[in-house]
Amino acid sequence: MPALVEMRQITKTFGPVAALNRVDFAVNADEVVGLVGDNGAGKSTLMKILTGVYQPDAGEIWLGGMRVHFHSPLESRQRGIEMVYQDLGLAENLSAIANIFLGREITRRTGGLRLLSEGEMERQGRQHLDGLQISLPSVFFPVERLSGGQRQSVAIARATAFRAQLVIMDEPAASLAVSEAAKVLALITRLREQGVAVVLISHRLQDVLDVSDRIVVLNRGSKVGDLRRRDATMGDVVGLIVGKSA
Amino acid sequence: MMQLEQAPSIRTTIVRRLAPSYAAMGRFGLILVMLLMMAVLTILQPAYFLTRENLTNIARQISSNSILALGEFAVIVTAGIDLSVGSVMGLSMIVLALAVHADWAAGMAVAVALLAGLGVGLVNGLALTRLHLPHPFIATLATLNIARGATYLLSGGVPISGLPPIVRMWGADDITLLGGTSFPIDFPISFLIVIALYLAMWVLLTKTSTGRHIYAIGGSPKAAQYAGINIPRNLALVYVLSGGLAGIAGILLAGRVNSGYPTAGTGAELDAIAAVIIGGASFFGGRGTAGGVFIGAIIMGLLRNGLNLMNVSVFWQQVMLGFIILLAVYLDVLRRRAMRLES
Repeated sequence: MPALVEMRQITKTFGPVAALNRVDFAVNADEVVGLVGDNGAGKSTLMKILTGVYQPDAGEIWLGGMRVHFHSPLESRQRGIEMVYQDLGLAENLSAIANIFLGREITRRTGGLRLLSEGEMERQGRQHLDGLQISLPSVFFPVERLSGGQRQSVAIARATAFRAQLVIMDEPAASLAVSEAAKVLALITRLREQGVAVVLISHRLQDVLDVSDRIVVLNRGSKVGDLRRRDATMGDVVGLIVGKSA
Repeated sequence: MMQLEQAPSIRTTIVRRLAPSYAAMGRFGLILVMLLMMAVLTILQPAYFLTRENLTNIARQISSNSILALGEFAVIVTAGIDLSVGSVMGLSMIVLALAVHADWAAGMAVAVALLAGLGVGLVNGLALTRLHLPHPFIATLATLNIARGATYLLSGGVPISGLPPIVRMWGADDITLLGGTSFPIDFPISFLIVIALYLAMWVLLTKTSTGRHIYAIGGSPKAAQYAGINIPRNLALVYVLSGGLAGIAGILLAGRVNSGYPTAGTGAELDAIAAVIIGGASFFGGRGTAGGVFIGAIIMGLLRNGLNLMNVSVFWQQVMLGFIILLAVYLDVLRRRAMRLES
């Protein structure tokens, strides 16, 4: 069975800077892949190429055994690849439900007008939140009134609400209190159980070791490690990140 | 990383204790202020304030400002500002009066006045989204001057008076509601239009995905962008709406005063902004309701009317208005702080 996503020999330069150098990166269905590396190692660039924000200079992207070209984040999203940005990308003034459906609201025709179907969105939204075991003080509060972890959960719920196959998370636990970070990690595990693959970008190596099935290490634009979790130790990963640069 | 609990200061403790009442005040405070003002005016002017004549007078007087405020509100929800609405109202009046005096059919004259408003609104929207002017303050400051200058040029700087009844009636006449019953009510047509426009805006902003997107753009442009919302299209829409509403306000005002005069609406954008702010909308976008703005406009009308009835000079009226704006926004600051502590 082909990998869910396979990036082959991806190369990207920004002017004189080689951001990525012939990087292979694959994610299988039902897999959590930790993507680690120092600042500037190329993690974000690689993921921005996968989501269509950037175009690679060379290399191919295959999705479920088919070659794809993503020219915009919209195109990758339509193929089931979602990104949860570090700043979450939530509209702070809108409710959790409104955020989950933002840009893809459910509407119905009422007397010649296309009106929001609030009831239907609430029903589906609650169902989805319950499925991920996300509990919020209220699905109607503006999300600015939720805690950091709750907001992160809403952002993840938003990313997975529409048949996502792969969710990329950029530092999802970076600014969270310990207990909240644990909840977000549990949520990642739950997504995998539901058949959603996850790429976890994080500097918190313990988190990555806790939830990943595989860990990919980038160093200055090159892939320097691709370890199965059970074969990896914290020492291995740190060593690869800081670079036993030849 | 541990999150450190900050020790609550005495100040935040007090605010926390008062939080529920502040939150309630935010929700019902505006209506309370309005009722309180009406009660005070009834007591001070028992013979006059509650008469049908005075009330319909207030309703007619606030029609134009409340319609300007409605358009301004839609713009402010997107974290924008439209400084041109007062000038656009003046332009619409002059265009209407000129068209009528050029023997255009009344319907055509009204249509072209409305188009003038929509046109300036479109220019505002495109200047922002196509020319990428850095802030709507600048584009609308430009059109404020352009529209006002055009108004003087078109009118030659003098009022153009005398409009046919069919044009005047929208701003000047009453309609009898519940006619044939024992409670016939003569209701100003202009205020009926105000109510209809507010209802329409409320439906647009709260019941449609376009409205949801407008709030999202004001609350977090980045989130709107991530969600694939067409930001330029929605921004252009609110400025076109604001311009069109200013055009309607001009048509009603021309009807009420039976003329188009080139100074009309000078500074009216500031009254419109004041009504929006008193009505509880956030200047930073994403927050506020059409209902709140409606009450904001009524509060301003009551203030003017009450102070007029009491023979307070317009200079003092302006001072009072300033204090009301300060008070309204401070209450909002308190409410917001209370809400944050409540959760």
